[in-house]
Amino acid sequence: MTESDAAAGPSGGAAASDLLLARVVREESGRIVASLAGSLGRLDIAEEAVAEAVEEALRAWRGNGIPPNPGGWLTQAARHNAFDRLRREDRYREKLAGMAPEVEWGYATADPADTDSSDEIDDRLPLLFGCCHPALSQEAQLALTLRAVCGLTTAQIARATFSTEPATAQRIVRAKRKIGATGIPLRIPDGPDRAERLDIVLTVVSVMYNEAHLVAGGDATSNRDLADDALWLAGVIAAALPREAEAHGLLALLLFHRARESARSVDGELVLLADQDRSRWNETLIVRARAELEQAAGLRRPGRWQLHAAIAACHADAETAAETDWLQVLVLYDLLLGYDPSPVVRLNRAVALDRVGAPTAALSEVDALQAHLGRAHLWHAVRAHLLRRLGRDHEALAADLRALELTANDAERRLLAARTHR
Amino acid sequence: MKYVIMFTSIPELDAQVPADKQQEVYGRMYQWFGENAAQIADGGAQLQPVETATTVKYRESGTVVVDGPFSEAKEVVGGFQVIDVPDMDAAIALVKTWPGLELPGCGVEIRPMVTDYSQLEQ
Repeated sequence: MTESDAAAGPSGGAAASDLLLARVVREESGRIVASLAGSLGRLDIAEEAVAEAVEEALRAWRGNGIPPNPGGWLTQAARHNAFDRLRREDRYREKLAGMAPEVEWGYATADPADTDSSDEIDDRLPLLFGCCHPALSQEAQLALTLRAVCGLTTAQIARATFSTEPATAQRIVRAKRKIGATGIPLRIPDGPDRAERLDIVLTVVSVMYNEAHLVAGGDATSNRDLADDALWLAGVIAAALPREAEAHGLLALLLFHRARESARSVDGELVLLADQDRSRWNETLIVRARAELEQAAGLRRPGRWQLHAAIAACHADAETAAETDWLQVLVLYDLLLGYDPSPVVRLNRAVALDRVGAPTAALSEVDALQAHLGRAHLWHAVRAHLLRRLGRDHEALAADLRALELTANDAERRLLAARTHR
Repeated sequence: MKYVIMFTSIPELDAQVPADKQQEVYGRMYQWFGENAAQIADGGAQLQPVETATTVKYRESGTVVVDGPFSEAKEVVGGFQVIDVPDMDAAIALVKTWPGLELPGCGVEIRPMVTDYSQLEQ
């Protein structure tokens, strides 16, 4: 999605689709928050002013169509809102003196320079690093990123993160307050901290993508496709930081996942990787994913996101599930453990171990993870699968039933239920 | 921006650190203050052990004086220092170099100081 695509949308009179509105808002709002926060030195005011402008835009554009320069429209509306907010704060009177002429432009004119920032470093990145600062909790990082960088409304964020609107609003307000009061800079860190901080940002994007999968059948009119937002954000990061191998790695990973999406869920039912109709995988996305992974590899700085993507590539390479090069997958998981020795990675490695013909070793590896994953339905489901392979059907059924008990997602529940009835 | 950094530790773990290791880390702490003098503002103190803490609280019966620190937590504050650095990233970068962090149970809490009192009127 480029800005010219957005501007080419229906204008004047034609009602705009929510999908198109979401794309335009996503493309524009992060930039406007970044630039307003920069000129005011206040992320909270900037973010609230833009959020309000987005709400106004959604109301106005839904019926009248998207204006020719949506970025200019939103910028003007946001500045106007920021001005209003600042005027209510006495101590900002002096600052206002410097800002007033700009605000007085009103809605009529829009400076094209405001929206055409393609030649500069993407100013959404410093904002993104600020929103994903390690001094904020991961929930706060995600909520604030969705709000300030992607332009989601509080209601949309609440739905996407299984939270209530008041709790989400509170979380965002606290995070912004902490950024302001604590002096968290909106800046891309350099030096030795950069890789560590980038990893936090990439983790938030990955969580964003995963949360999208957990939402079962949200209402299409008001729900934004969080997976699409995550993919877009991964693209923004990789484009802005072309020398960061891990940024390309995450983008590749999400593209591989996205490519399988239509085969993963058929008529609302989940289909496991082994059973997916591979002809439904999106070849265009797979080609893009491979290109990103190659670009990452060319930078010769391996990392966990590239390894995750390389594992996804192994699955994409196999014409059928049976042709999967599981030995290669296992080797990649072994490498991945060096970067991320988490229980979930070990569980996935155990699955590969089984596939290369070592189900007994796989089961003992899985059993060793009980203390960490005993409450996770996935652990019980994998264990059930291995027990069945070893002919221990009774125990397998018990494990499947336990997995069923622990599953919150409806589609996953139906998949497990079908297995226990076999 | 000014921040107070508070050095915390768990006394029972402190006691397990061998004396020569403790001496060595103390030496580097002293050095740390010298090397970072430009970012260290006036104000700061090392505190006597937590056994010397006395807390005054207000209860229904009025003010009471109790033996011990204000919180029941295992961690205790052993000292604090005011630092003056450009932003939170600089504060974190400085604190990450604190030699005491390699001792078990030790941590440093970073809190921005209120310098503009009109902020509190919001």
